[in-house]
Amino acid sequence: MNKREFLKGLILFFPAGGILRAIAEEAAAKETTAKATDKKASGSAESKGYDPADHYYGMGIEIDKCIGCNRCVEACKVENNVPDLPFFFRTWVERYVIKWDGEVLVEDISIKDRKSKASAQEDRDVVRSFFVPKLCNHCANPPCVQVCPVGATFSTKDGVVLVDSKRCVGCRYCIQACPYGARYLHPVTRTADKCTFCYHRVVKGLLPACAEVCPTRARIFGDLKSKASRLMRFTRMNKIHVLKPALNSEPKVYYAQLDGEVR
Amino acid sequence: MKIPEQIQRLAIVMAVVFVGVLVTRFLILPRSLVSTGLQQAAAIEREAAKPVKFVGSSECEDCHHDVADKQRVSFHKNLSCEGCHGQATEHLEDQSVELPSPGKRKFCPLCHAFDPSRPTGFPQINPTTHNPLKPCIKCHNPHDPVPKKVPAECSACHAQIERTKAISSHALLACIKCHTVPQRHKTRPRSALPSKPETREFCAKCHDKGATVEKDAPKIDASAHGGPYLCWECHYPHLPEGRT
Repeated sequence: MNKREFLKGLILFFPAGGILRAIAEEAAAKETTAKATDKKASGSAESKGYDPADHYYGMGIEIDKCIGCNRCVEACKVENNVPDLPFFFRTWVERYVIKWDGEVLVEDISIKDRKSKASAQEDRDVVRSFFVPKLCNHCANPPCVQVCPVGATFSTKDGVVLVDSKRCVGCRYCIQACPYGARYLHPVTRTADKCTFCYHRVVKGLLPACAEVCPTRARIFGDLKSKASRLMRFTRMNKIHVLKPALNSEPKVYYAQLDGEVR
Repeated sequence: MKIPEQIQRLAIVMAVVFVGVLVTRFLILPRSLVSTGLQQAAAIEREAAKPVKFVGSSECEDCHHDVADKQRVSFHKNLSCEGCHGQATEHLEDQSVELPSPGKRKFCPLCHAFDPSRPTGFPQINPTTHNPLKPCIKCHNPHDPVPKKVPAECSACHAQIERTKAISSHALLACIKCHTVPQRHKTRPRSALPSKPETREFCAKCHDKGATVEKDAPKIDASAHGGPYLCWECHYPHLPEGRT
């Protein structure tokens, strides 16, 4: 090929690029129409009086009310078929012990049959001690969704972060990415699993199992779009803090009376 | 100009591959495989279709209204039925399936055993010394729990303060020396709170250098000591020694 032929070839090559681009654009247009019809499809699927666009869910937790009884953890495991083994939790309760020298002891009291460090708290070094229930924060800006390589985890319109277990390939990337440690790999399905705010209950107007059984009403579940919901009232009446606000993940689990040592 | 034959052949192969990819992507593959929206809608539907196990206390009240009426005005009014009795789906469908009633002595202490991390004021007992081996329901009705008799001593509820005070130099002071306790506080603790000292003069009654009441109490010049601060902003009255 000499220079002349090469240049002629170029003349052919660029229009070809243009055609390819046109095809790609057409495909993209098809994709958006597909999405529009998807919306209709999902609307009809839950047409039993539930419109996800009307809701935006969150949870409030009042630290001073939590008695660390683990009823929420037990109920969650039953409701959601979480393996009844230690270390698999959709929600769990931590005990914080803060000592005079600034040392902070954190202990997961949901792990059964573990020798508790509670006896250490009797000594006079302790400044304060309390329980902190934890769960998926259902971030408005979720790091786990950003990292999923197959798009298996996503935010729903009603503000819940879900995992599509049929799509998940079990790469554990999201488990690494979650700053709150709220995800685990389900030992049977080998897919990522996490709190769903009991989505199957919430769409039917029920409370999540943990909020349902909490004996002291330390967990308040509600709709952030409704000013009259218990959660909105809770956020108005309390001084609210979230976990790791500096990460900009915008968590939707709101803590009242949260100690600065809690991470 | 003549296009070399190998280029022509290559172009044909490329065209076939290209068309093949397009046909596969847009005609052969089902939309549910390539459309993110469809997949998410399907996942949401699967999630929403999962069975509910905890039916909620309102379902229980439909039949067990006698218990519900009692519980609604008791200290246990915030408790969900299924928190103690377990999930009731099967029981709701078939009433012959009985739900467990936790009568064992180890169940109630899950909430009511003393734990220093529990919030102050939450009723707690020491399971080893509190009527050992006696089932809780012998004395307390779980649907309307009240103490058998209102405990006379403050330490029944305020155990942590009592134990802290016991090793302090205020050990010999009775609670009522500093706090006035309304009678109602003993039956409805949060509806009437005990009083607390409000002024520096209260501590100065014993600790001012001119005070005559307690000879052995450490004395300070109440008008000069501590500047504008209230005594308990530096000294914890239940453990006034402070820490060094």
